[in-house]
Parts: sequence; structure tokens; C-alpha cells
Amino acid sequence: MNNPLAPADGRGAPLAVARDVWKSYDRGRVEVLRGASLTVRAGELVALWGSSGSGKSTLLHLLGGLDTPDRGELQVCGLDPREERARLELRRRHLGFVFQLHNLVPDLTVEENIRLPALALGAGPAEMAARVRVLADRVGLADRLRHRAQDLSGGERQRVAICRALMNSPRLLLADEPTGSLDEATGENVFALLRELARAERAAVLLCTHERRFAEACDRLLRVRAGRVEEV
Amino acid sequence: MIRFRYLTLALTNLRRHRLRALIGVAGIAFGVAAMLAILAVVHGAIGMFERILNTDSDYLVFERKVSDLFFSSVTPDQLAAVRARPEVAEAHPMLFGIVSAEDHPVVTCFGIEAADPRLRRAHWLSGSPERFGQKAGEIFLGSRAAEFLEARAGDTVEIGRGEFTVGGVFRTENGFEDGGVFLPLKEAQAFFHREDTASIVAVKLRDAARGAEFKAALEAAEPGVMALENREFSRSYNSFKILHVTAWAVGLCAFVLGGLGVANTMLLSVFGRIRELAVLRVCGFSAGQVAALVLAESLVLATAGLALGAVLGGAVLAVLARLPGLQGYLSARLTAPVAAGVVATAFVTALAGALYPAWHASRIQPAEALRYE
Repeated sequence: MNNPLAPADGRGAPLAVARDVWKSYDRGRVEVLRGASLTVRAGELVALWGSSGSGKSTLLHLLGGLDTPDRGELQVCGLDPREERARLELRRRHLGFVFQLHNLVPDLTVEENIRLPALALGAGPAEMAARVRVLADRVGLADRLRHRAQDLSGGERQRVAICRALMNSPRLLLADEPTGSLDEATGENVFALLRELARAERAAVLLCTHERRFAEACDRLLRVRAGRVEEV
Repeated sequence: MIRFRYLTLALTNLRRHRLRALIGVAGIAFGVAAMLAILAVVHGAIGMFERILNTDSDYLVFERKVSDLFFSSVTPDQLAAVRARPEVAEAHPMLFGIVSAEDHPVVTCFGIEAADPRLRRAHWLSGSPERFGQKAGEIFLGSRAAEFLEARAGDTVEIGRGEFTVGGVFRTENGFEDGGVFLPLKEAQAFFHREDTASIVAVKLRDAARGAEFKAALEAAEPGVMALENREFSRSYNSFKILHVTAWAVGLCAFVLGGLGVANTMLLSVFGRIRELAVLRVCGFSAGQVAALVLAESLVLATAGLALGAVLGGAVLAVLARLPGLQGYLSARLTAPVAAGVVATAFVTALAGALYPAWHASRIQPAEALRYE
């Protein structure tokens, strides 16, 4: 068997690899993934496109170590997300997450929310403050750092969530329908920002979306159907 | 080692549910206040009884193997043996008794000799120590006893089944003494049918360093009595032990209720932000860090509860100390062991109350929490 993490000619090294991954819920009664496989390489912006309930979020969660597969191989940044210790290491140092519902802590300020991953990592206050300023500048929220998350608009909250995801300079950003709860214009802004910021930060992005226009704007488009992943 | 600043997050979480946090703080505060008040009252009472026994003495002699000093009988021969010891400078017998008066079911009576040093040290409001025991049928009242019996010098009062004339009234700082009735030892012995016995003998030695020698010699000569150095007596006296244990037990019960308050607060706090805790896990917080966050919140509650409880307990004691009926019985003195015990109990209670919520928080599965909520 070939090493899935071996560099491929002319392309970035594989960052995330799923091979023949199966996942079911409700004691096997609901089969969501049936042998799904994919590879995401360094620097890529990959769309995982499919209808609601197709299993794209499940695959994202498995790659992010938020859930464990029934069977199949997973490797992310050289680590196996099925192992507890590896999961923690991945979340702390290698992965960033953006969710459809931004999932900010409403009573914390913008700055405090962005800092959370660095707090978990034990970063110093000065280092954190500098990094927060850089990210907030890039998304145009430098003047809103002291505002509470609950006082922001939907688009602003998602921009904060992107900053938080990038706080620890991850190598791979896992974005689960980040534009799903936004209106069309705001969604396009957030998508553009995500793409721009990921490139600036040299992070690969695996973007789950059910919106064709965003999927087609990515470097590569993977379709999730019947629990499997197809290259489009 | 991963460093993590829990306090900001802990405070933020508590701040956003102020009322809920306040209930947790109140639980601990009531526990602290109750414990402080109960311990202060009990220690005050014990301290006063100790001072009655220890007045100008080094050793206490009493009947061996009695459960309470009220049942102790030191015979005249034993008293004479004590006095005959060359180490003894002074020996003062004292008989305890309980009688009732109108509207006062419990009045402590002290039978003492005229030479007892406590009579000379008291502040006499009427009468004088020289008069004590000079006239048959006379009793002497502590000022608070005079107050609740509504008696002055020269009045006749009914104590138990007898009528006595008040020979004098004096004030002492000791609540028990101040609320007591003093009779000459002989009259007390007759009144309580104790023949010629005393409850205890307070012994002052010529040289306190010869205490062990005195004790060994006396107990060898008089096997029916035992002699205990004052501090040793305080430590070993059963009634004091029972009071201590009761005080701590009642205080701990108050704390258990406080702990349940903390548990309730923390459980609501954890269940109310499952999604948020899942997000923390997604951001790289370990299960231990999430649990520590919940425990840190409970420690903040405990600290606030301790501060509030100390103020509340102090206020309760101040009010109690000003109640006429309790004057002299209360000691607001907070000893280091009691303070340490209360602080430790508060923190242990808060941590115990937060253990299950912390465990639950640490077990949150991010994907599940984010999928369903």
C-alpha cells in the first residue's frame, strides 16, 4: 500500500487523508459514510459539496477528531485523529474550525474569543495580543476588539470565528457551512475573506458547503453522495 | 506544561448568571456563618466553663471514672489528702448543682468556700466578699442572675425548694458565673444532699513544675480521684468533646446544604452551556482543562462565600453578643484552627459540589454537542 502522506509531483504534500471511512449512527441503523476517501494537500482550497445530510459534516468532524469513524484510515498532519492524544494535538496546533453557527462565547469580547485557542495552548499575553491585532486587522474588526460577541452582526461573528480558527496558525482549516446562516452578500464576503486569509496564512481549507457557487470557486471540488466522495 | 488562565473565563461565566452564582455563594456563606456562629458560641461556653474551673489553679481533682463533673464526688478525706500534699499551695473545693427558679428552669449553683479567689476578683455591686458564708440562709448572685431573678441584696428569693436571702450581688466577666447563684459550700452540700462532698477541687501548686509529682503521689494515695492539669482536662473532658463534635457536626450539616447549592449552581452552569464547552474542546482545551474551569468557578464561589459568610457570621455574633440574655456567654474569638477548619471545609465543600459537574463537562463530546444543540 502506498503511503498516503507521500508528496505527489508538483502538488503540495497531503495534509489530510481519509481512506475507506465508514460511519453510522443510531447503532448502525443510519449509515452516513460508506467507504469515503479523500486527500487534502497543503495550500489547497477544497470544497466538499453535497446536499444536507449527505455526510460532509460528518467527514469533516472525523478529520478534525471531533468524532471517531466505525472503520477506515485517517491521517491528518501526520497524526491519527482516532487517538485521544493526537486529537488534542491536532486541535491545538494543526487545525482550525469554522462552523455554520460561528459558535462564539457570547459574553466574551471579540478579543477574548479570538484568544481561546491560544489560551488552551498556554501562549503568553503579549504574543496573543499581537496575533489578535494582526488577524483582527485583516478582517476589519480591529476597532471592535472590546465589543462582546453577542453585540456583533452575523457576518462580523463569522469573521471573528475565522480569526479564532486561525489564531494558532493551523495548517488546515475545516470550515463547516461557514456561509450557511448568512445572507447572500455577507456569505460572499465571508467566503472571500476565508479564501484570502487562508492563502495569506498558507493554510489549506476543506470547506463543506451545499452552495454550488462557493464550491465551484474552490481549487478543487469533491462531491459527497451516498456516503462516498467523488472528484468533480 | 500547558499554562491556562482560568480565572477570566471562570469569572465571565459566573458574571453572566449572577443570580445563579449568588445562590451558590449564599449556600457557602450560610454554611460559613452558621459554622462560625456555632463554633464561637460553643467555644465561648467551653471557655467560660474552663475559666470557672481554672480560676487561680493549675490542677483539677475530681472523682475517677465519672461521665460528667456534675456527678463527681470528692470526699472530705480526699480533699484533706489534697491539701496535705507538700506541693499544694491552695486547694478550693467547688460543688456544682442545677436548680430551677420561677420562669428559669436551669439556674447553675456554685457551692464554694469563703476563701475562694473568685469572690475577691469579682466586682461587687452590693455586699462584700467578707460577708460570704457569714450568715446562714444567704446566697449571693451574679449580676445577670440578679437581673433575671429580679432580686437585690436583702430580697428573699425562691431557689428550688428553698427560700434564701440575697446577701450580695457581684459582676464577673464569665457568663456562667454571672448568671449563677453562689452558696457557701456547706449550704450547697446540704441543699443538694451531697453530704460533705465537692464536685471538684481546684489546686494551685507552689511550683507548677512539680505537677507530675503531685499527680502521681495523689493518685497513688487516693485511687478514687484523678488529677488533671488544666489543659489536659480541657482536652479530655467528655462533655467538651461532645460539644466540639456537635458543633462541627451541625456546622458541617450547614456546609452540606451549601455544597448542594454549589452542586446545583455548577450543574445548571454546565448543562446551560454544553455547546460552549464543546467549542472550548474544539479550540484545543483538554478534558482536564474544561474540568478545571468548572472547578475554578466553584472555587471562586467558595472564596466569595467565605468572605460573605465571615461578614454574616461576624454580624450574627455581634447581634447575639448584644442580646441581654446571652451577654457573657459568647466568645467572638476566632482561633487559627477554627478559621483554618472553616476555610478548608468551605473549599472542600465547593470542590465536592463541583466534582460531578466538572466530570460531566470533561466528558462532553464536541461533535455530539455541536450536532444536536
